[in-house]
Amino acid sequence: MELRRSLLCAAVILSTAATAPDAPAQKFITVASTTSTEQSGLFKHILLVFEKKTGIQVRVVALGTGQALDMARRGDADVVFVHDKVAEEKFIAEGYGVRRLEVMYNDFILVGPKSDPAKIAGGKDILAAYKRIAGAAAPFVSRGDRSGTHAAEVRLWKAAGIDPAIGKGTWYRETGSGMGPTLNTAAGMNAYAFTDRGTWLSFKNRGELVIVVQGDKRLFNQYGIMLVNPAKHAHVKKDLGQAFIDWVVSADGQRAIAGYKIGADQLFFPNARKEQAPARRLE
Amino acid sequence: MMNDLGRAFAEAFGLVARLDPQLLDIVALSLKVSLTAVVLAALVGLPLGAVLAVERFRGRQAVVVLLNALMGLPPVVVGLLVYLLLSRAGPLGSLGILFTPAAMIVAQAILVTPIVAALSRQVLEDAWREYEEQLRSLGARRMTAAITLLWDTRFSLVTIVLAGFGRAAAEVGAVMIVGGNIDGVTRVMTTTIALETSKGDLPLALGLGVILVGLVIMLNAAASLIREAALRRYG
Repeated sequence: MELRRSLLCAAVILSTAATAPDAPAQKFITVASTTSTEQSGLFKHILLVFEKKTGIQVRVVALGTGQALDMARRGDADVVFVHDKVAEEKFIAEGYGVRRLEVMYNDFILVGPKSDPAKIAGGKDILAAYKRIAGAAAPFVSRGDRSGTHAAEVRLWKAAGIDPAIGKGTWYRETGSGMGPTLNTAAGMNAYAFTDRGTWLSFKNRGELVIVVQGDKRLFNQYGIMLVNPAKHAHVKKDLGQAFIDWVVSADGQRAIAGYKIGADQLFFPNARKEQAPARRLE
Repeated sequence: MMNDLGRAFAEAFGLVARLDPQLLDIVALSLKVSLTAVVLAALVGLPLGAVLAVERFRGRQAVVVLLNALMGLPPVVVGLLVYLLLSRAGPLGSLGILFTPAAMIVAQAILVTPIVAALSRQVLEDAWREYEEQLRSLGARRMTAAITLLWDTRFSLVTIVLAGFGRAAAEVGAVMIVGGNIDGVTRVMTTTIALETSKGDLPLALGLGVILVGLVIMLNAAASLIREAALRRYG
C-alpha cells in the first residue's frame, strides 16, 4: 500500500518536473559558447532580437572554448560559437562541425597592477612585455583551462620564446578557471593577466588593475560559429541551428552585434564575410 | 570589506524590495528543483533507512558504511556522473534532458538520498532498539514495525529532510554542470551567485547569497512552527 502510493507519488512528481520546463512548447536550440560572450552581456543583447524575430529560443551554455567544443563533440549542443581558430579547424577536420563561419572579433589585452613591477605599461608589443614579465618574475595569473583565451596566451608565450612552466609555483599561477575568476585572482594578488577586452569591460572588481598592453596585431581575437554535424549526431536541430547561424552572419545579426556597447565602448566588431553569407543552405 | 558588506545588504534589500522579476524566476526555479529533489530523496531514502534499521541481512553493515560515506559525495562528482549519463553520447542521452531542470533534480536527488537514508537509519535504529520488544509482543511484522517507527520519529525525520534540503539548495557544483546555468532555463540561485562572482560584481553576488540564506531560514522556521503546532496538538 504505502510503497505503491510512494511510487505513484514519485512518478507524478518526476513527470511534472520533466514536462514543466518546456510547457509552452517553444522551439529552442542549445549553443555551446564561451564565457566571454555570455558574461560580457552580448548574448542577452542579441538573442532577444533573434528570438523576437524567429520565435526560436537560444539556450547558451557558457564554457571555455576547449570545453565547449568537447560538449559539442558529445552531441550536447546544436551550434558552437567560440574563439580559437586552431581548435575550431581541428573540430571541423574531425568531422564534428559542418562549416566554420567567422562572425566577429575583438582583441586581447594585458592587464596588470598600477604599480607595474615589470615596467611594461603603455607598451604595444606583447612579446616584449611577456619577456619583461618573465625577466622580472612579476606575478602573472593564467586561465590554465584550455579556453580560447588560454590557448592564445600560451601561443604568445611560445612566440616570445618563453616556457612559463619555469615560473610555476613562483610568479606564474594557473587558476584553472574562467576569465572572471582569473581576473578576481589577479586583482587580489596584484598580478598581470591576459584577458579578452569584452570580459574586461564588463568586469567590475578591478581593484588596482589597469590595461597595460594593447594594440598589438597578434592580440587579434576572432570568433567563429559552426553547426554541429548532423551526420555525427542525428538529433542535432539542423534547421533551427542553421537559422541562427544564418541570422548571426546576416546584416541584421551583424548590426545587433555592433550595437552592443558598455558605456561608450563597443565590445565586438562584426566581420562576417559577404561570400560566406547565408546564400548557400546546408547540403 | 565593511563597505562591500554594506553594499551587499543594500543590493539584497533592493532586489527583494522591488520584487525583481528575474530574481523571482530564479528563486522559484531554485525552490522547485531543490524541493522536488528532496521529496524524491525522501521517498527513496526514508524507506531505505527504515529497512536498514529493522532488517538484519548479510552485507548490511557494508551498506550502512557506504551510505554514511556517500553523505560526503562531492557535488561536482555527482554532476559529472549525471552529465556523462545524460549526455547524448551517454547511456541515457536519448532522453534529451541534459541542461533542463529535470537533470538538476536528478543530480540533487542523488546527492541528498544518502543523507536522508543514513541519518534516518540511525534515528530509526535507535527507536527500534527502544521499542523492539514492545512491537514484537504486539505481533508486529518487521514491515509494520518499520512503518510505525517512521511515524513515531516523524519530527526527527523532518529535521533530516530539512538538512537534505539545505544541502540541495546550497550546492552549485552539480547543477552548474548538468544544468549549464542557462539564462531563464536552468539558472538557479547558486549558479547566479557563481556567475556574478565571475563578473566581478561581488556585492550583487553576496546580496544574492543573503537572499538564499534568508530563504533557507524561512523554510526552516516554517518547519519548526509546524512541528511546534503538531507537538502541542498530539503531545
